[in-house]
Amino acid sequence: MSLRVAIRRRVGGDTGFELDVRLETAARRVALFGPSGAGKSLTMQAIAGLLKPDEGRIEVAGRVLFDSAHGIDVPPRARRLAYLFQDYALFPHLTVRQNIGFGLTRGWLNRHGRRPLPASAQRWVEAFHLAALLDHYPAQLSGGQRQRVALARALSTEPGLMLLDEPLSALDAGLRVQMRLELARLQAQIDIPTVLITHDPGDVEALADEVFHIDQGRIRGHGPVPINPAYPAARPTL
Amino acid sequence: MSSSVWVPLLLSLKVAAWATLLATVLGVAVAYGLSLWSSRWCDLVDAVLTLPMVLPPTVTGYYLLVLLGRRGWLGPWLADMGIELVFTWQGAVVAASVVAFPMVLKAARAAFLDVDHRLEQAASALGVSPAAVFFRVSLPLASRGILAGVLLAFARALGEFGATLMVAGSIPGRTQTLSIAIYEAVQAGEDGYANFLVLVTSATCIAALCLAAWLTPGAGRLRKARRAP
Repeated sequence: MSLRVAIRRRVGGDTGFELDVRLETAARRVALFGPSGAGKSLTMQAIAGLLKPDEGRIEVAGRVLFDSAHGIDVPPRARRLAYLFQDYALFPHLTVRQNIGFGLTRGWLNRHGRRPLPASAQRWVEAFHLAALLDHYPAQLSGGQRQRVALARALSTEPGLMLLDEPLSALDAGLRVQMRLELARLQAQIDIPTVLITHDPGDVEALADEVFHIDQGRIRGHGPVPINPAYPAARPTL
Repeated sequence: MSSSVWVPLLLSLKVAAWATLLATVLGVAVAYGLSLWSSRWCDLVDAVLTLPMVLPPTVTGYYLLVLLGRRGWLGPWLADMGIELVFTWQGAVVAASVVAFPMVLKAARAAFLDVDHRLEQAASALGVSPAAVFFRVSLPLASRGILAGVLLAFARALGEFGATLMVAGSIPGRTQTLSIAIYEAVQAGEDGYANFLVLVTSATCIAALCLAAWLTPGAGRLRKARRAP
């Protein structure tokens, strides 16, 4: 996959923060790494179309999603990206089944609670062992189950790219290690490139092949993720 | 007893129901529009639309006459379309819905602001249209707060007096609602009839509130779900 991003966006007036991100990569698993407030989430939202850059260009796998020079701004629903939110953003008023089927249901009404899911969703229900939870509401799920539901919901739409926004930060330490392994296994199984944002070097190590270091709204460096865990992936040199 | 209680009661319920429906559709639409449009003008629009709540009802009624009366701004245009609002029950509906509108607007605005914006973002990232995001995520999550406003609007519409009297008058059987009938009965010294109407009105309001309490368990599930961290 190729990802090319060159965007600018001012947030919060003249005294505010300026995002000025340029990155280009052909890696299948990319990480944006940096402290909180560095502009990681803003960059991710711009790729997903949830935040409109002031100017610039975004291209995913050869498809231009945003180009201010040519007036292109593909709406989020047409970008075919999966966005996994930090706290999973499951719909609290819908069951697990309705959540997973959400993106596959057209029209102005939510899927009926008892209607079976289409095959593209059922596949993920089985992969994540969610069959017993289909009639539960998100409030009744554990942290790990919520993440699996959110993944199943995002993957059911057959996206061309998956965006992972701090996917493990809402979990406690023990579960984080387990879910990290699960995500890494998923990345190995599916043919969907991922962009990960995180402030945890352990996530970069396990879930990315190339890391971009972002700070104060700018890319400060990038490089391949070291295979040797002793290497500090936290501070890639450049 | 000069007349039956059923005529003003049924008329009041009919007027209040239509007024609540009108106020709900418009109030929810305007509130959602304002929640999407973040600008300093929002509060000005909100203030202007909330005026009927704080203005004396006679002033609201006067504005409506200036706007909708036969020689009003929209009067001739409405007359061309065959719509007659002054001294008709439809006029009473318009008056009651204008007065009840701010109840829905205030409640719906607060309810929409309370909906986690990321859920709406998640919905559009999953590929659904903006209208579907509204009907499938924003509206259901805000429905409990909106319902509270709708019930207040219904109660307010049922009790409407001043603006309705200005616009629709007090024609027995046609525009004389419960609250106006009570006023007329007291003026005419028919204390027995007034007593009876007052009791009927109170019972109707209590019934409406009980109905509301009975309807709310549908939202109980939402309440439970929203307690999630």
